[in-house]
Amino acid sequence: MTVLGILLVLVLLLVVFGLLFRLQILTSIFSGSFVREIGMSNRVNGILMLVFLLFGGAAFAWSFIENYSKMNPPIASVHGHATERMFWTTMIIIGIVFVITQIALFVYSYKYQHQDGRRAFFFPHNNKIEVIWTVIPAIVMAGLVFAGWKEWSRITGPAPKDSVVLEIMGKQFNWLVRYPGRDQALGVVNYRLIDATNEFGFDLSDQKGLDDFVAGEIHVPKGHPVLLKIRSRDVLHAVYMPHFRVQMYAVPGMPTKFWFTPTKTTDEMRAQTGNPAFNYELACNQICGRGHFAMKLAIIVDEPDDYQAWYAKQQSFSSQNPDVLASFKQKAAPLGTSEAAPAAAAVVPAAKASL
Amino acid sequence: MAANLPTQSNVQGGIGATEPGIAHDEHLHHDDHHEHHELSFLEKYVFSTDHKVIAKQFLITGIFWAILGGTLSSLFRLQLGWPEATFEWLSPFLGKWIEAGKLNPEFYLALVTMHGTIMVFFVLTAGLSGTFSNFLIPLQIGARDMASGFMNMLSYWFFFISSVVMFISLFIETGPAAAGWTIYPPLSALPQAIPGSGMGQTLWLVSMALFIVSQLLGGVNYITTVINLRTRGMSMSKLPLTIWAFFLTAILGLLSFPVLFSAALLLIFDRSFGTSFFLSDIYIAGQALPNVGGSPVLFQHLFWFLGHPEVYIVIMPAMGMVSEILATNARKPIFGYRAMIGSLLGISLLSFIVWAHHMFVTGMNPFLGSVFMFLTLIIAVPSAVKTFNWLATLWRGNIRFTTAMLFSIGFVSLFISGGLTGIILGNAALDIQMHNTYFVVAHFHLVMGSSAFFGLWAGVYHWFPKMFGRMMDEKLGYVHFWLTFIGVYLVFLPMHYVGIAGFPRRYYAWTGFDMFSQFADLNKFISLAAILAFFAQFIFIFNFFYSIFRGRRASQNPWNSTTLEWTTPIEPGHGNWPGAIPAVYRWPYDYSKPGAAEDFIPQNVPFSQTQSSNLPYEREME
Repeated sequence: MTVLGILLVLVLLLVVFGLLFRLQILTSIFSGSFVREIGMSNRVNGILMLVFLLFGGAAFAWSFIENYSKMNPPIASVHGHATERMFWTTMIIIGIVFVITQIALFVYSYKYQHQDGRRAFFFPHNNKIEVIWTVIPAIVMAGLVFAGWKEWSRITGPAPKDSVVLEIMGKQFNWLVRYPGRDQALGVVNYRLIDATNEFGFDLSDQKGLDDFVAGEIHVPKGHPVLLKIRSRDVLHAVYMPHFRVQMYAVPGMPTKFWFTPTKTTDEMRAQTGNPAFNYELACNQICGRGHFAMKLAIIVDEPDDYQAWYAKQQSFSSQNPDVLASFKQKAAPLGTSEAAPAAAAVVPAAKASL
Repeated sequence: MAANLPTQSNVQGGIGATEPGIAHDEHLHHDDHHEHHELSFLEKYVFSTDHKVIAKQFLITGIFWAILGGTLSSLFRLQLGWPEATFEWLSPFLGKWIEAGKLNPEFYLALVTMHGTIMVFFVLTAGLSGTFSNFLIPLQIGARDMASGFMNMLSYWFFFISSVVMFISLFIETGPAAAGWTIYPPLSALPQAIPGSGMGQTLWLVSMALFIVSQLLGGVNYITTVINLRTRGMSMSKLPLTIWAFFLTAILGLLSFPVLFSAALLLIFDRSFGTSFFLSDIYIAGQALPNVGGSPVLFQHLFWFLGHPEVYIVIMPAMGMVSEILATNARKPIFGYRAMIGSLLGISLLSFIVWAHHMFVTGMNPFLGSVFMFLTLIIAVPSAVKTFNWLATLWRGNIRFTTAMLFSIGFVSLFISGGLTGIILGNAALDIQMHNTYFVVAHFHLVMGSSAFFGLWAGVYHWFPKMFGRMMDEKLGYVHFWLTFIGVYLVFLPMHYVGIAGFPRRYYAWTGFDMFSQFADLNKFISLAAILAFFAQFIFIFNFFYSIFRGRRASQNPWNSTTLEWTTPIEPGHGNWPGAIPAVYRWPYDYSKPGAAEDFIPQNVPFSQTQSSNLPYEREME
């Protein structure tokens, strides 16, 4: 019933609108303004241009200042400070251009609106001016490119040798994390070995994998370079960690990586933001299906000592899942006998998985 | 004037070619032939080979798609603005996609996917370039029709079938394609990953293949027509900037769309015939797939090799029309005509070698990222030149604010606002944080979405009298412009703040993250502004259809413009000019020339008739 009522009101409003429109045309025909080519409306639009510039500019400035504190996620990585500086420097440069060009656009529109008897200035070209405003943007761009290229090369350059290594794997719709054990080397994984228990696809016939452990959240030590090895086991995902200014796609079949150095522990960030519940979060930033918007992982930045303590407490995947380990031992055992060898080889193709 | 030049119809085709002249004569006979018996309704309005009718067909189909694309965006803005609300009241429209009052998250992804697909391809490629390339190329270069009227008709009907297929995909059981408009595999390849990648994605690919055929047929025609069918005296350096823009747009489309076609074909193979171009090492729905060796990144390269020129395919026709409209209504020559052509050429060339800036963080080699960052930031230079030249065109003009002029000024404003943030996103180091956030969404909606739409509206308001012989209502046009202009800024400026804060795009809701909890009010505000701006478009729709039938009758040259289309009769028939085609003597921007009697001199007025205003070098041509 209410829907009907709303529809009726809408229809009536449309009718009223139509009648008013018709009436306006009829009166303007009667008053003669209908045919006059450039009338009052030209002035009104000219003034509106100026009004738009002033009110729009003021509203933009106000809303920007109002929201500024909310739009900067606190920075927690070394390169994050550098890119943040570059971001706001670039913003200032483009902001200056924005202000000048928009003011020129609307002020010219207002100032040079039609006046009877005036003639526009015939000004088809001026090579000097054109060269100037081609060269200046080119120089500014060259500067920005150079700064960006230097920073980009530093960020994407090789990770320091002593980096803490961990691997993160995306799947619909959560993240899996594994760390190398005491041997500091990640074991081979193979997507064909994945099942409900062996979510990573550990190939435990590889000795390096025996001490690898999985974790429900990421722990990293403060002040120490961290190398994230990234992979996906189904569709594209992207590891996005806004506080660390880190982003990299997780690509099935093509491992990727990103390294960074965290600068603030979770506790320090809790103190800085005044939010005792603060946690670093990792989000998926490449459309991956139904649960894309909720694909979250917690990151905890510890003091190095706390990190060591946490690390020491972890139990390897193989020790927690003896039956998985046993299944590999069984497979390995008949390898000696000739008849079973082809079958076993088919199950375990040499995976390019290990980095 | 035409009487002085009885032979000009024989030399149509410019540059002294004789063959086009002969072909043209045949064409005249063809027209005479038609005058004897009336065209049937079907031949005249449906399967027409007249470029003007085909243009209108593209325009009206485009308007249909724009309403649909806008409706989809209103639906997902409702979800983003009010993530906690229930939408039971939408279930009469959306049926099973409303589950217990909540929008289905997979359907949400289908909404954003289809919004993007529809707007980019069906509205801003077919609706914008299809309409105005068809309508203006023959009229402005002085040709009776396109080089091949039949191919032109096929181009529309391929687009129509493509539209039908895409439209059907909205209503099927598993829903339309839902992997984003960029359809990155493996998501788009695996129905196990999302139901939209089943039948919906198949129809999407079929529709896009048909669409590409339509684009190629149209593009070949536009290029051939511009090269071969220019009237006498219409050298390339006397073409209006609109034609330059359409010409280069068609070249871009012709070179880049086949690459999308190949990507779509390979994806069809991966989906249906078990190949592994884009698939490798996948375990999904409890099963390890046999595919190995493919690369999802390869698809991204192929997609963006079209995808990036595509944004220029969308924006260049708008640039051309805006240049034309700004000059006409400022009553001033466009500033730096040659620089404008040069920058269009520069943009066209560079647009082919910047595609990987969409892929800085996809795992592509970082060295490649450096190269593409360099190339991307170069493209800012020709864009800056264009902007400065538009501003210089307004300077010391005598501006008439027609609705088309307002939309053109709005275009320049939006192009600046959206273009500048491209300098941030083109910088690989900064893109690490900004990639796939709302900063990107805000950027491209301003610079290619809204700007191109403003170009479209400017074009419709400006050339409506030529299309339908009547004027659109100016007052409604003013209301439409100001509501839309303000609305667009209210939507997309705050979206930058949300983006700087790192909000990811294509999120059904941000409520699951503490770091994305701060902008709930702002998102509500954006949604409200978006929905209001969408409803303001009905003013345009009403004005458009009302004016076709009841608008004020147009005069022959209502804007006192210099270009050739205004020398045709008010409602030009098949063949455009009843008599001979006028010849061209001068460039298209002789506005407010000192010494001239009027403030415009049409292109077909010879220098001998304008001795008082001729410049020194023009005296030789008298």
